[in-house]
Amino acid sequence: MASQEEILEGLANIVNEIAGTDVEDVQLDKSFTEDLDIDSLSMVEVVVAAEEQFDVKIPDDDVKGLRTVGDAVDYILKAQG
Amino acid sequence: MSPTKRTETPRTVVVTGLGATTPVGGDVASTWSALLAGKSGIRTLTEDWAQEIPVQFAGRVAVEPLEVMPKVEARKLDRSGQFAMIAAREAWRDAGFADKNLPAEDGTGVTVDPLRLGVAIASGIGGVTTLLDAWDIFKEKGPRRVGPLTVPMLMPNSPSANVGIELGARAGVHTPVSACASGAEGVAYGLEMIRSGRADVVLCGGTEAAIHPLPMAAFANMMAMSKRNDEPQRASRPYDKARDGFVMGEGAGCLVLESAEHAAARGARVYAEVAGAGMTSDGHHIAQPEPTGRDIARAMALAIEDAGATPEQIVHVNAHGTSTPAGDITELKAIRAVLGEPAADKVCVTSTKSMTGHLLGGTGAVESVATVLAVYHRMAPPTINVDDPDDEVCVDIVRNDARPLPEGQIVALNDSFGFGGHNVVVAFRSVG
Repeated sequence: MASQEEILEGLANIVNEIAGTDVEDVQLDKSFTEDLDIDSLSMVEVVVAAEEQFDVKIPDDDVKGLRTVGDAVDYILKAQG
Repeated sequence: MSPTKRTETPRTVVVTGLGATTPVGGDVASTWSALLAGKSGIRTLTEDWAQEIPVQFAGRVAVEPLEVMPKVEARKLDRSGQFAMIAAREAWRDAGFADKNLPAEDGTGVTVDPLRLGVAIASGIGGVTTLLDAWDIFKEKGPRRVGPLTVPMLMPNSPSANVGIELGARAGVHTPVSACASGAEGVAYGLEMIRSGRADVVLCGGTEAAIHPLPMAAFANMMAMSKRNDEPQRASRPYDKARDGFVMGEGAGCLVLESAEHAAARGARVYAEVAGAGMTSDGHHIAQPEPTGRDIARAMALAIEDAGATPEQIVHVNAHGTSTPAGDITELKAIRAVLGEPAADKVCVTSTKSMTGHLLGGTGAVESVATVLAVYHRMAPPTINVDDPDDEVCVDIVRNDARPLPEGQIVALNDSFGFGGHNVVVAFRSVG
């Protein structure tokens, strides 16, 4: 089970790999599309990479609810449990 | 609907920018100097899979895309799209236009009206490595792991579309597909867009990245490829008696075409005029060249006529010359038949594929770049490895050493022919 900090760090690395965004810029209050240069297709890549890294399932219908990095961290925390 | 300007008489079209990434060089300057020096870009493949297929060598690009392109950008493009973007940026910059077609913050930089800017970058087989890699992932990890960018990366129009998006081109973005004639068809399409008044500037060309075990095995099983595994740099040997098939290459070439008045208005450097194009089809066989060469001869004749040129003005042909037993000689005979005497005795013919290998959908574009430079510098690159010319060679082949071209107004042809019987010939005329 990954902690909130570990999930944030993991997501930051994934976003950096996919969009080139600096790791330090990936913070809980940041919006994927508005702040981090992640479009809808890139978001699918982020989700699939997060599923693989944290061993969770994030159904397509739930992806729409993940507006900010914090939304994604909370979702993954709950999904792990 | 975007505005179009239809004109009564065809407009003169010129080449103002060149870009390339090829097995002999990562840009135009290094490619051109390698071609003039007769250097081969063919190497033994070091990948493990190469041991399993009958052909174990190819012409990889001299400079890997990641050396000149950020990883974040590269991962969104098929390898063929990476090549096209690299060549397109070089051509665009070479033409004197501002990066991304946007003025700098201080307002400087030459830009093109997006509504008057088109793109025509061809591909022979599209994003084949993206497709096959995605299928490998599907089989290993299941459908969920197939990347959402797979389709936008593998579609054959992807290189053209990505370049069009980068430049904000809105006059039309096109992707001619005609196997190994594709790149030349891209150039011919660009010419037509400007002549017809649809655009003032077109970034055109062709790209291919098919060095992967599946296409390599498939081409080898067509008995189309050289199997000279022990001497890869000697394998592409057009017109030589011992030729045994083509050698796979990869890369892209791009040209900025521009209406002569648009180029003159901004004082652009002009390499050559795109004087004309000829396109025909064999109506014969999906893979075999039509044996009499009647339709490749007709394509050449149409290009010369379209250029308003005389046979005597054709001093150089960058031939298709793939190093296959049948096709090479058929083309030479067609050149002789079309030009007639005395022009056929004077023309100097070369196949730069002897050095680059065969870039499939990229070949007609890279060879158009080479033909433009031959006209501009008045120097024809050599054909290497013609140690013992075929007895049926019936025109003057530029063997081993580059050859100066005459002064005065000269015209050169670039021939490209593709599986399916596509014949495309583009004519370039010297300026000044």
